Amino acid sequence: MHKRTSQTMRLSKFISLALAAMLASCAQPATDPTTIPVSGEMVAELTSPPIVPAPVGSRKATKLKVEMEIVEKEAEMADGVRYIYWTFGGSVPGKFIRTRIGDEVAFTLKNHPDNKLPHNIDLHAVTGPGGGATSSFVAPGHQITFSFKTLNPGLYVYHCATAPVGMHIANGMYGLILVEPEGGLPKVDREYYIMQGDFYTKGENGQPGLQPFDMAKAIDEDADYVVFNGRVGSLTGDNAITANVGETVRLFVGNGGPNLVSSFHVIGEIFDKVHIEGGSVINENVQTTLIPAGGAAIVEFKVEVPGTFILVDHSIFRAFNKGALGMLKVQGEENKTVYSGKQQEGIYHPEGGTIQKMPGEAPAARKASSVAERIEFGKQVYSKTCFACHQPDGQGIPSAFPPLANSDYLNADVKRAIKIVIEGKTGEIIVNGKKYNSVMTAQALTDEEIANVLTYVYHSWGNNKTVVTPKMVARVRSGH
Amino acid sequence: MTRTCLLLVSWLAMSAGPASGQSSTEMQKITGGTFVPLYGADSAEVHIDDFYLDVYPVTNAQFVDFVRSYPNWRRSQVIRLFADQNYLRTWADDTTLGAGMLPRAPVTYVSWFAAKAYCECLGKRLPTMDEWEYVAMADEKQKDARADSLFNQRIISGYETPDTHIQPVGSTYRNFWGIYDMHGLIWEWTSDFNSVLISGESRKDGDTDRNLFCAAGSVNATDLMNYAAFMRYALRGSIKARYSLRSLGFRCAKDVSE
Repeated sequence: MHKRTSQTMRLSKFISLALAAMLASCAQPATDPTTIPVSGEMVAELTSPPIVPAPVGSRKATKLKVEMEIVEKEAEMADGVRYIYWTFGGSVPGKFIRTRIGDEVAFTLKNHPDNKLPHNIDLHAVTGPGGGATSSFVAPGHQITFSFKTLNPGLYVYHCATAPVGMHIANGMYGLILVEPEGGLPKVDREYYIMQGDFYTKGENGQPGLQPFDMAKAIDEDADYVVFNGRVGSLTGDNAITANVGETVRLFVGNGGPNLVSSFHVIGEIFDKVHIEGGSVINENVQTTLIPAGGAAIVEFKVEVPGTFILVDHSIFRAFNKGALGMLKVQGEENKTVYSGKQQEGIYHPEGGTIQKMPGEAPAARKASSVAERIEFGKQVYSKTCFACHQPDGQGIPSAFPPLANSDYLNADVKRAIKIVIEGKTGEIIVNGKKYNSVMTAQALTDEEIANVLTYVYHSWGNNKTVVTPKMVARVRSGH
Repeated sequence: MTRTCLLLVSWLAMSAGPASGQSSTEMQKITGGTFVPLYGADSAEVHIDDFYLDVYPVTNAQFVDFVRSYPNWRRSQVIRLFADQNYLRTWADDTTLGAGMLPRAPVTYVSWFAAKAYCECLGKRLPTMDEWEYVAMADEKQKDARADSLFNQRIISGYETPDTHIQPVGSTYRNFWGIYDMHGLIWEWTSDFNSVLISGESRKDGDTDRNLFCAAGSVNATDLMNYAAFMRYALRGSIKARYSLRSLGFRCAKDVSE
């Protein structure tokens, strides 16, 4: 028995060694990618973000025709803010190009006649001077064709490289080109295309109207907007990307810059796999991955529980104040083992249950004796509790947090407003004609504080000057 | 100059009539001087002699008169070598402007050859790139306003704004020299537009790689903050003499000695 076991072990060891040797000998010799033959010809499917073209699968290397049109056009940067974008294919980022290793890409770059400027394209997937830029310089109303062979698998940025290059990138001229390995990337359930970019406008963030590019701010790297897919709200609300519980999601994430490096993070998810910098090394179990300007990463994760997962640049002021926010909405069955949701809520007394007062006389909270005082105290509450989401001037954050300034929703129903502060609010609401679908938590404020802060809000930013009293709050709290 | 025009005309078309109807734009004398352009061939400083420059870009109406007088420059008759298929493409026919085009708006969709011929037929010439840049660095009050960030920002915003070429000439500012519309309406041809940044084959000339691509564009430039000038030089580098662009027109210059 004993002997047999050791024999079996020895045998299995031998087999595994032999297997390993076989595998090694079966492994494909490293072929020179320049010699991969191409067969046939096909027109590349190009897609606008967040959609990606169909995977290459097992297709052979081919002659791939890519036709890209450069369009200079005015579009919305944020609610009420317009910008003249320069685009590859009419979107920011530009159209996604999907190739496989060994493809011979015949690239035609067309500069629309209505455009005012010359452009070109530097594809980081190209091996050659200027990444194609030297061969693709094209005046408005003209087109140019050049070709290249994809030699290295990975996810690559392309961008315009015409002087002044920073300005061309700052106006949106970037996108991603994927070179899949032989046989394609492993199959997943969902794939999306996301690219971060920073924008520099003459007016400050949120200032409405057509905003020209601000050269001085761009040079100072002082961005007014840091956004995914070219505008604030491109991936929130109805534009959110989606998945079902149990599915594996792959995000092709690029960073056009021109200046800022992205700390890409999905709140409530851990990346099972990250192709670091879009290359061949795979890291596992990553919380936040760094994406350089002019770089990319492929991140993959399985979604285990339903809910809304927020995509951010974890340089977090950019997410909060400059627009670097997206949403992944996952539908399906709850899994309480993975995530329970709120199970219990109670009072926490660090001193233990018996001692409830700090030594010495706690200063009694001063009660407001007039509406003016109520507003004054309310402002203090607002700046501690509310302003992070609703913003200093009550303007909110488009597609994420509704405005309190001039708010029809607020002014319509004071009881509802009180109730929301006490209990929080989840789900879809319409404020000033815009749909919001996010979460406000219940606020741990006293009746007095709630009365003060709401009175302050109602007396600010064009609202209807309702005075809220602690009595009104108490009534709502008790359910009357 | 006039001789060149007649030569060109008689060579290209037998039917060249007298240069009637072609109204010459008023000119202003520009006092020469020395300046440092964004890009130069050799030395940084460039000397400009006194010269005359058209107060306005050449207009649609003026160019209609020109092609009436010189049929060989009409859209249907022009030699392809001298103007690509885009030449005057928005016109209704050979001698009629397209619907909605203002006679007083600057002519665009003209090739360098056509612009050169136009000026020569008036006894003028195209300005050199350095002359043009010399005048273009002036704002309303100063000869050289390039250090003024607001001036730069205004020019860049103008370059970014679509469809500026459809406005009449004179609708932007009058500069120090009394010249209108140096920025804000159109790009303009210069006689030696392709002498600095060159596309295609000429790029290999000389030892320095004078590509304007990516950060390489900053290598030979004298003022890295002058984004507006970068944009102009980039445009010049992307075009060829037979090209006709929607936002590219011209004005004429003249030597003082004549």
